[in-house]
Amino acid sequence: MQAIFKRLLMSVAALGMSLALTMAQAEQEPTRIAAAASLRAVMDELVATYRTQHPAASLEAVYGASGSLRAQIENGAPFDLFFSADMAFPQALEAGGHAAGDVTPYAEGRLVLWSEDIDASTLTLGELADARFRRIAIANPRHAPYGARAEEALRASGLWQTLEPKLVFGENIGQALQMVHSGAANVGILALAQMHASSMRGSTFHLIDSSLHQPLENGFIITRRGGDDPTARGFADFMQSPEAQRILEAYGFSMPRGD
Amino acid sequence: MLGLTSSDWEALRLTLRLALISTGLLLVLCLPLAWWLAHTQRRIKVVIEALVALPLVLPPTVIGFYLLILLGPRGVVGGTLERLGVGHLAFTFTGLVIGSMIYSLPFVVQPLQNAFQAMGRRPLEVAATLRAGPFDRLLSVVLPLSRQGLLTAAVLSFAHTLGEFGVLLMIGGGIPGQTQVASIAIYSHVEALDYASAHRLSLFLMLVAFTLLTCIYALNRRFKVVGVMP
Repeated sequence: MQAIFKRLLMSVAALGMSLALTMAQAEQEPTRIAAAASLRAVMDELVATYRTQHPAASLEAVYGASGSLRAQIENGAPFDLFFSADMAFPQALEAGGHAAGDVTPYAEGRLVLWSEDIDASTLTLGELADARFRRIAIANPRHAPYGARAEEALRASGLWQTLEPKLVFGENIGQALQMVHSGAANVGILALAQMHASSMRGSTFHLIDSSLHQPLENGFIITRRGGDDPTARGFADFMQSPEAQRILEAYGFSMPRGD
Repeated sequence: MLGLTSSDWEALRLTLRLALISTGLLLVLCLPLAWWLAHTQRRIKVVIEALVALPLVLPPTVIGFYLLILLGPRGVVGGTLERLGVGHLAFTFTGLVIGSMIYSLPFVVQPLQNAFQAMGRRPLEVAATLRAGPFDRLLSVVLPLSRQGLLTAAVLSFAHTLGEFGVLLMIGGGIPGQTQVASIAIYSHVEALDYASAHRLSLFLMLVAFTLLTCIYALNRRFKVVGVMP
């Protein structure tokens, strides 16, 4: 009986110690960037470049759907910067008092047509009406920015009515790409940035005329939590540097059309 | 009606249809499999048991992605159907049924297998000496004796399908009226920050599920009372 009691006491002590350790670690948490999943490739490189310039900085990126990240930040997630795939989510955070400063536009995305089976470089939106294209994947226009712009482009081309029965909807632009990758959808309206992922190198695509839709502006904020973090401020400044702009362009983003 | 849009109703109807069809098919198909697993002495049994549990391991959207490859025009299954002129199964209701069956497989096989194991061979042997034919033995011995396991399997599979999201979104493509089930419609409402619609549909889905499950459990209670009578 006594032995059992002693063992119990020891495990409680061990538990307490591990808790204390976790809390001690929490005090020296790195600066965390929450970024839209569609930014993964370019953000990894941006972070790596910043780290080589500032070896002492402790900086890491986590990825998720912009909408989910927004909800997480509203509920106290430990993120110091938020890079969204649109402007609306960071603007909502700013309006809700969760940002330290204004929303900064940092890049503009472009839509492309891409297919796993055929060379899409000579493809036009109008040809999607062909019977050989049975399923067209886009991101959900209701909540995914790239989906909403894809719908606008199809409407502006007068194709929405014809093509709507063929559309399938990914939860986000990444899932739309997977639907095309698997061959289940013949073609997709996707993001130019996705064509620059390492697994997509060398694939050919058709760049969709950006005058057919509202600009795909991407904005970021420093969160209230990151407001006093010098690394968060440093990274925000770094985003304006020619070095960061060069990386963004290399990954298929253009610079915001100015304000 | 009740503040739900017509596409919400459509999504609910699809969800119920999907849950009923896939649960029914799963029960029929898993009966022999679970029976075999409960009684076989062969060593391959452990491999099959592990295989049955595998759908629990992978994230749902990943299962959905592999199913999309399998059922799509370039996959083994989809491609063969395509050549037969039937058409592939990606983004179809049939594809959804197959997806949710695979995803719910362990939830049906395991309770059934446990029930069969608990029952043992003895009741069947007795029934055979009373000259009950195989079909008679199944209907009047096996099924009544393993009723609890059957019920658990049916309820788990049904409820699991109602709430399924990742697999169904991936292989279904969320097409309104065809493959957009209630869980996807709810998710889409939340993502679009239309919380009022999300709350209404969630509440309604839970009410429907609660009512159905209560009825099933109540029915089971009644039968149990009848069952103890000699």
